[in-house]
Amino acid sequence: MSNKQKKKLTAVQQEYQSFAKVREPGRPVAKNILRAFIVGGVICIVAQGISDFFLWNFDFTEKTVGNPTAAVMILISVILTSVGIYDHIAQWAGAGTAVPVTGFANSIASAAIEHRSEGFVLGVGGNMFKLAGSVIVFGVFAAFVVALIKTTLAMLGGS
Amino acid sequence: METYFWAFVVGGLICVAGQLLMDVGKFTPAHTITSMVVAGAVLAGLGLYDPLIDFAGAGATIPITSFGNSLVRGALAEAEQTGLVGIITGIFEVTSAGISAAIIFGFMASFLVRPKG
Repeated sequence: MSNKQKKKLTAVQQEYQSFAKVREPGRPVAKNILRAFIVGGVICIVAQGISDFFLWNFDFTEKTVGNPTAAVMILISVILTSVGIYDHIAQWAGAGTAVPVTGFANSIASAAIEHRSEGFVLGVGGNMFKLAGSVIVFGVFAAFVVALIKTTLAMLGGS
Repeated sequence: METYFWAFVVGGLICVAGQLLMDVGKFTPAHTITSMVVAGAVLAGLGLYDPLIDFAGAGATIPITSFGNSLVRGALAEAEQTGLVGIITGIFEVTSAGISAAIIFGFMASFLVRPKG
């Protein structure tokens, strides 16, 4: 809780907040980091295998192989989400499953499945991007700013 | 075999960075992933992300930071050809596969799977 919010609380509430803070169980940071490292790394090894498969069997180059690889990883993640396995792994691995692109796909698929009962348009269509939407919005805006700066600099330097 | 080792190490380390944001920085998962995409876009702007991909392969392309990198790369490639408008038209050029796949497969899953509980 931020300091700004704290000021609005009564004395008793403030006392409780500090009381609770001391007794809050500490996060097992070292354990979480180890798990995230192992699971995140293994996911990347699997993806490396898929991308090597594409490189050897199809007409892809090192530069273009990233796209089909990501698509296959997304398909795997959606399947694992559908059978309910991904969430179990995610609970154990934390950021190890959230940070790879599979976590992005998991957030879309699980939102789509969860909101199906509200109908396809309002439920599935409207909620699919609940978490992924913020990733796309901030990613696109950041990319826009970065690309704008780089292009402007290139134009100034080039003329 | 060496690529697999570096894919594991680099991919794992990027996930550790995310875990640190969550545990030490007390970010929510959504804030963590959003920050990492922005970080990827900034690294792409500095020209640091593509060398990382050459070095670590899938270890750098699979974490979500690569999404920010791909957005910048698409925008810059198109801007080189058509000028400033290219930033808008090219931004999704490289990431189309990821976003389309996630939408299509996710939507199909909602036909086929019933929610639990």
